[in-house]
Amino acid sequence: MIELKGLRKQFGDAVVLDGIDLTIEKGEIVVIIGPSGTGKSTLLRCVNFLEQPTAGEITVGDLTVDVNRASKKDILSLRQQTAFVFQNYALFANKTALQNIAERLLVVDRWPKAKAYERAREILRRIGLEDKADAYPASMSGGQQQRVGIGRAMAAGAEVILFDEPTSSLDPEWVEEVLALMKQLAAERQTMMLVTHEMSFARDVADRVIFIDDGRIVEQGPPSEIFYHPKDPRTQDFLQKILATHQA
Amino acid sequence: MGALDVDYMLGLVPVLLGYLPLTLQLASLGMVLALILACLFAVIRVQRIPVLNQFTVVFISFFRGTPLLVQLFLFYYGLPQLFSALTVIDGITATIMGLTMHFSAYMAESIRAAIVGVDRSQTEAALSIGMTNSQLMRRIILPQATRVALPTLMNYFIDMIKATSLAFTLGVTELMGATQKEASGSFLYFEAFIVAAIMYWIVVEMLSWLQGNLETRLNKAYSR
Repeated sequence: MIELKGLRKQFGDAVVLDGIDLTIEKGEIVVIIGPSGTGKSTLLRCVNFLEQPTAGEITVGDLTVDVNRASKKDILSLRQQTAFVFQNYALFANKTALQNIAERLLVVDRWPKAKAYERAREILRRIGLEDKADAYPASMSGGQQQRVGIGRAMAAGAEVILFDEPTSSLDPEWVEEVLALMKQLAAERQTMMLVTHEMSFARDVADRVIFIDDGRIVEQGPPSEIFYHPKDPRTQDFLQKILATHQA
Repeated sequence: MGALDVDYMLGLVPVLLGYLPLTLQLASLGMVLALILACLFAVIRVQRIPVLNQFTVVFISFFRGTPLLVQLFLFYYGLPQLFSALTVIDGITATIMGLTMHFSAYMAESIRAAIVGVDRSQTEAALSIGMTNSQLMRRIILPQATRVALPTLMNYFIDMIKATSLAFTLGVTELMGATQKEASGSFLYFEAFIVAAIMYWIVVEMLSWLQGNLETRLNKAYSR
């Protein structure tokens, strides 16, 4: 379970997150939508302290952290209980696909080598890239790299996987294979928190859609409600624009 | 103009070869120590570790800003004068100290530049899986920085091999010192020093070849 209470983030005077309260149940798939620059990615990045939040409380699993009193150890445990999928994949450039997935098990969880690589191979099989075990990121397509990025996140056995616009950097031809993998994870009830512009994915897969504007949660609910009967004019306005560009 | 005494030169080769190991030992030991020190300095500078950072800035400034020969004389003649306990410093030790500190100052800067050049996303990815700062450095940043820094570091190594010749001013009989002695006995300066020059040259050429191989290996991960 993930719980955020009064989460705030300021960059200087600019308030990016203005008190976010949010609870995500185990196995829930939550999609965050909203206009650009409204703090969606910042919200994800605050959960694992890639950005230091300004105020609030974060709970992941059994660990509750007041962001202003978070010790180095707290931050490390938060990161170990979450996993992150980056927009630009961010695979370790000096490591093969297999090593990228095994790295966390070897270094952070201190598994014996044989066991870690066995688990990494199993994940490569699940993401359909067994034949790329020894390939370096530079020699893989964007879609393959992002699937390894998701595989790396799967290795953790994390409470939640945070997806930060996982398909936005991809050429259109690779989007489908990445979405398919994410759907597979969703079907296994992996808890997921996603920022994405893939509205059809949100509609088909999400348990809950959250609309954020100006650093606040404006409206949330099941996709059928948010997409077809949005209540707030800002949500209506945003969806109209998005759907217009998608049909064009 | 007299003719070159080729027989003398050929006879000199095995003699001088006997002193080449010391030259190579000075350079390799100096290089290993300088690398360790330089990595340390670079990490201190990148992570801005308080106090150590300021110390490192001054250290680098001094050892880059003064001639190696002056530094060698400071270590060999100067230090024992100030601290009598340091009279145990012999020419070889002083040379290694001087080479280490002098070249670590230069190398720290190129390692630092290489570290800073590693894409920010690599750091974020490593932190996101729960790595500590030192794991991040050892496993992700330094290996990637090495590839970028390698050509410059090899250049410094080559420079260091040649710089070992200054050790003869501290009475160390390495390749240069031995050549000097041979030449002043025979008065065949040109012959003696051209043999020494060719020896340095061959060593450096072998190193360049090694550098090419290393670069190919390190680039393996980055080629399509």
